[in-house]
Amino acid sequence: MAEASEKSPHGTSLRTPIARVRGLGSAKEGVGHWWAQRLTALALIPLGIWFVASVVCMAGADHAAITQWLSAPFTLGALALTVFAAFYHAVLGLQVVVEDYVHGKFAKHAIIILIQFAGFGFATAAIIALLVAAFAG
Amino acid sequence: MAGHPRPLSPHLQIYRRQLTSVTSILHRFTGIGLAVGLLYLVCWLTAAASGLEAFDKLQSFNGSIFGRLLLLGWTVAFFYHLLNGLRHLAWDAGWGFELPTAYKSGYAVLIGTAVLTIGAWLIGYYRMGAF
Repeated sequence: MAEASEKSPHGTSLRTPIARVRGLGSAKEGVGHWWAQRLTALALIPLGIWFVASVVCMAGADHAAITQWLSAPFTLGALALTVFAAFYHAVLGLQVVVEDYVHGKFAKHAIIILIQFAGFGFATAAIIALLVAAFAG
Repeated sequence: MAGHPRPLSPHLQIYRRQLTSVTSILHRFTGIGLAVGLLYLVCWLTAAASGLEAFDKLQSFNGSIFGRLLLLGWTVAFFYHLLNGLRHLAWDAGWGFELPTAYKSGYAVLIGTAVLTIGAWLIGYYRMGAF
């Protein structure tokens, strides 16, 4: 039968189970990743629907119509938020996939760092392209 | 080691597919696909910023068979990930974990994805003046 009492590597722990649950876990970051994934998911419900509906309604639109749409203040704000939330959500999601399937310690961290750099880099590129298209396109 | 047998992860070669496991792995696949789609969004915005010529090139690629297939795939992935994401958020809130409910919501996600994808493409073709 399995031991029911609380054990640590150094013997019987003096910490209560609730103290363990309240702690930040072995990664020392608690539920930060989990919460950010849900928060961005929640934000992307209206933002994603708005973006896809807009693109569908502009099917076949020419360059002038697209840049005019992009330069509207509401579009600029909503699209910037969509880009930020979507890239953040994608980075968090891809990180979990890598953690699940890439087991080499070096490879795992190298790929996660690459995904994070790429995510923030492409998000920045998207925002700059959005501003240029809106004001100089 | 303890003689107590530990539970094993599903052995994929002999694991019988179930709606719940299929919808779960599809959530990952569509998520990865949508991450690639975000790169295409960067291309699209960059083309719009680069001017008329680059934008027209991208739009004509969008109109090609391969371009349309890609866009169709991203539409399916978007609606699937959106609907199944709502299902996951409901589970996180503690709702819908009972097996019959999980199956019902799983079928609802699949049917909803099909309906929304067809609806979006009908509207798109209508806006382009196809009918």
